[in-house]
Amino acid sequence: MQDLKQIFADEEHLQKEIPDFRPGDTVRVHFKVVEGGRERTQVFEGVVIRRRGGGLDETFTVRRVSYGVGVERIFPLYSPRLEKIEVVRRGRVRRARLYYLRELRGKAARIEERR
Amino acid sequence: MKGILGKKLGMTQYFTPAGEAMAVTVIKAGPCVVVQTKNREKDGYEAIQVGFEEVPEHRVNKPLRGHFARAGLKPLRYLREFRVPDASAYTVGQEIKVDIFSPGEKVDVTGISKGKGFAGGIKRHGFSRGPMSHGSKYHRRPGSLGAKGPARVFKGRKLPGHMGMERVTVQNLEVVKVDPERNLLVVKGAVPGPRGGLLIIRQAVKATQ
Repeated sequence: MQDLKQIFADEEHLQKEIPDFRPGDTVRVHFKVVEGGRERTQVFEGVVIRRRGGGLDETFTVRRVSYGVGVERIFPLYSPRLEKIEVVRRGRVRRARLYYLRELRGKAARIEERR
Repeated sequence: MKGILGKKLGMTQYFTPAGEAMAVTVIKAGPCVVVQTKNREKDGYEAIQVGFEEVPEHRVNKPLRGHFARAGLKPLRYLREFRVPDASAYTVGQEIKVDIFSPGEKVDVTGISKGKGFAGGIKRHGFSRGPMSHGSKYHRRPGSLGAKGPARVFKGRKLPGHMGMERVTVQNLEVVKVDPERNLLVVKGAVPGPRGGLLIIRQAVKATQ
């Protein structure tokens, strides 16, 4: 099975560079959405709470609190609709899945910065 | 009739240009070698015998060793036949590679399904289950086996038994990608059998093109 990613290596959308990021980091995701036949780019900023899957199946979950409501979006890492990922801030966390953030509000939900 | 032998490598995702993900299976297909040609006069039918995957000589028994020696080839792990309209169009030793298929084409894929052991009626035939609670003592049993009249169970009655490890063909799978350099074939959807299992990939019988 080796690296199945290689098989599709010549596909255009796999050429794009994916920055190194992990759970706890705050990222800004530029994602293309189709709205009534028109395509535009939407930016979603929040904390990465999970990365799962390997190879082309990899996805990551971004969480943000918008107007007091928690919103989580799952993005396929190699989707051609994913334009760009910007790492805004690196966070120091002690686990890979940050589900505990769902129970925390305000000050308690802060993540210490990693250097 | 185009056909090739291959090995299932595993499943992954593929994105269409529109950005939709689809499930695909990656198959290591070929290169296969024609080991023998069969014709109407000698064998009663037209076919080619094709071999796949080289093996060390001690893995092959003496009669087969002779068979390969006659064709002037190294021993191969798998031998299968493909019916062709005219076997004389092929020569012994000729290579068959994945490039006989191209993206967009439909193929039928045959394999040996994963063994499930002794399975009950629900898993094996899709029977309905009884209630699990509220005092019910009837959970996953097969139910009635028929009328009282014949005083026996008719042949073919669906009952628990061995499931899987049988020859299964999936028809009309779309070829998504062909990589002749690495001998890889990517097909849309799932394919029978475990990773590493032998697959027979043929041009789709039902595709009308």
